[in-house]
Amino acid sequence: MTDIAHTDHRNPGLTAPAYRPADAPRRRLLSGGNIVTLLVLALLISIPIYSKGFFVFQMTQMLVYAIAVLGLNLLTGINGQFSLGHSAFYAIGAYTCAILVELGGVNYMLTIPIAGIVAFGFGFLFAFPALRLEGLYLALATFALAVATPQLLKLHAIEQWTGGVQGIVMFQDTFDVPVPFGLDMDPGVWTFYLTLFVFAVVYVLAMALVKSRTGRAMMAIRDNPIAARSMGISLPYYKATAFGVSALVTGIAGALNAIVIKFVAPDSFTFFFAILILVGMVIGGVGWLQGCLIGGLAMLYLPNIAEIFDNVVLWFAGLFGFADLLPSGNALQQQFIRLSGVIYGVILVLFIYVAPSGAGGLIRAIVSRVKRLTS
Amino acid sequence: MLITDGPTPVISIQDITVQFGGIVALDAVEFDIREGEILGLIGPNGAGKTTLFNCLSRLYTPTDGDIAFLGNSILGLPANKIAGLGIGRTFQNVACFANLSVRDNVRIGAHSDSRSDPLSDALRLPWVRREEQKIDAVTADLLGWLDLGDVAELPVGGLPFGTQKRVELARALASDPKLLLLDEPACGLNHDEVQELETIIRRIRDERGVTVLLVEHHMSLVMSVSDRVVVLNFGRKIAEGTPEEVQKNPDVVAAYLGDGH
Ligand SMILES: Nc1ncnc2c1ncn2[C@@H]1O[C@H](COP(=O)(O)OP(=O)(O)OP(=O)(O)O)[C@@H](O)[C@H]1O
Ligand SMILES: [Mg+2]
Repeated sequence: MTDIAHTDHRNPGLTAPAYRPADAPRRRLLSGGNIVTLLVLALLISIPIYSKGFFVFQMTQMLVYAIAVLGLNLLTGINGQFSLGHSAFYAIGAYTCAILVELGGVNYMLTIPIAGIVAFGFGFLFAFPALRLEGLYLALATFALAVATPQLLKLHAIEQWTGGVQGIVMFQDTFDVPVPFGLDMDPGVWTFYLTLFVFAVVYVLAMALVKSRTGRAMMAIRDNPIAARSMGISLPYYKATAFGVSALVTGIAGALNAIVIKFVAPDSFTFFFAILILVGMVIGGVGWLQGCLIGGLAMLYLPNIAEIFDNVVLWFAGLFGFADLLPSGNALQQQFIRLSGVIYGVILVLFIYVAPSGAGGLIRAIVSRVKRLTS
Repeated sequence: MLITDGPTPVISIQDITVQFGGIVALDAVEFDIREGEILGLIGPNGAGKTTLFNCLSRLYTPTDGDIAFLGNSILGLPANKIAGLGIGRTFQNVACFANLSVRDNVRIGAHSDSRSDPLSDALRLPWVRREEQKIDAVTADLLGWLDLGDVAELPVGGLPFGTQKRVELARALASDPKLLLLDEPACGLNHDEVQELETIIRRIRDERGVTVLLVEHHMSLVMSVSDRVVVLNFGRKIAEGTPEEVQKNPDVVAAYLGDGH
């Protein structure tokens, strides 16, 4: 035993060494992260200046997908809950927007937050029965949701609102997205900036949420649910909230999608779309919200890659005389999603094995390597 | 109930029985923890010490008996209300939030002692920012106090075991508990670290006024730091008293010799 053990512990003043509180490092305005954020923002803002037409449309779509990836990441990356059913919340957002605009005559911009709130409600309500489910069972429940959604949207009973199999064509009277405030702007460019604005707002709020007491509680549940409970964190409350917020963000993406495409139909929101969001999240980096733009890009270009894959398969089939066995024409169109499923699966497995932390993990690894080399 | 002539009990454990299928992990255990004391809880492996901790933090529900904190039963409360009452704990096998920084781990410890809601958090409203400042001040103080300042921004998962245990301690203290439950804090620590731990446990009581229930196999630590010691064996309380009394108790000697040899 040393002296310490025998000092008079009733007299702390004698033994207590002085210590200094370890304050959090101050957030620097010009940190590396902030500079990159500003550069990316500048790059995005300038897109319609140096390009137009189809590319602007594609980048709008990319931003919409990025919001969806962000939404799923809040659930899976931050709270550790899986979902194969986010196409459902995307659909809810899209249909809320389309129905309100076409049947309710509501301003389409106003429908964006409304779609978010409606999706939040659905997500929160879905979460309650799902709270007891973990891992595989939660995946199954959300899978069922994704499979059921297109069928529910086709139901005859609600056809007068949803338009049934046909879906809803939007902005029929104006033919295009109305540009507000008397702005003299191309509707495509306007939609791009509207989407960029919504993306920026959602991103900033999501980042603030993750860095807050609520976000920490969600991450604590992800890392160690039992310890989290013992810290006073209510699992049902935060898990349902995470589901709701995730659905809200995904629903907003759905509403924007409806505005961008000017059309909603049940078969745009199949299980394969849920998988596409999942793949986007894995590529962007699970738990790394900044990766959502990379995820959005992946979602945008993966279907093209899948198409190339299809053509290669067809070419080989022709070469070896199997072409007859493959579906052709319209049938190929239908089979297309199946082959996409294959390529999505391959990419998912590749990423999970080769780069489990996604592009985000790769970028962070490179940054820390460079930092170590330069310091 | 025991009638104690000392200060009022912080916790009164009344005939707690816990059964897992056929196993009786705790068998009508009763004792009080008095305010301001360091109470050692010892017993051979499988004696039921961790099970008792899990009852106190409401992770397990006893088959029988009651637990009163400052006179009120806690058995009607869910596990996530216990920290808010003022009962903090650490885990036998460290249970940190591995992907989060040391600072965030400790901030999470202050969860029960602060307020916010998701909307105000996302909007960073002034009132949640004030809460956050409060949490940050408590965290910074504890990190300095437990000498964790140098590793504050690192993810806990990659830190040495001993450091992780200190993070858990800081996290448990962040809720400003009245009672702290420590489950084998010395396990896996080297000699110097155990010495340091002893000082820390004393200072937690003396400087922060926290009552401590200490489960430990490290006998010299328990015997030198505890005011009183309770001994469990096969789920039964077999002795209670000062370290000197307990060490002389023939049942205790038998339990340890019988088990260890
Ligand atoms: N969740 C559980 N399910 C079934 N049996 C359990 C459970 N938790 C504990 N037990 C059993 O209860 C008994 C007491 O275990 P406990 O972990 O409380 O012992 P302990 O005194 O903490 O031991 P150690 O010193 O090894 O940590 C053991 O027989 C253990 O196997
Ligand atoms: Mg134990």
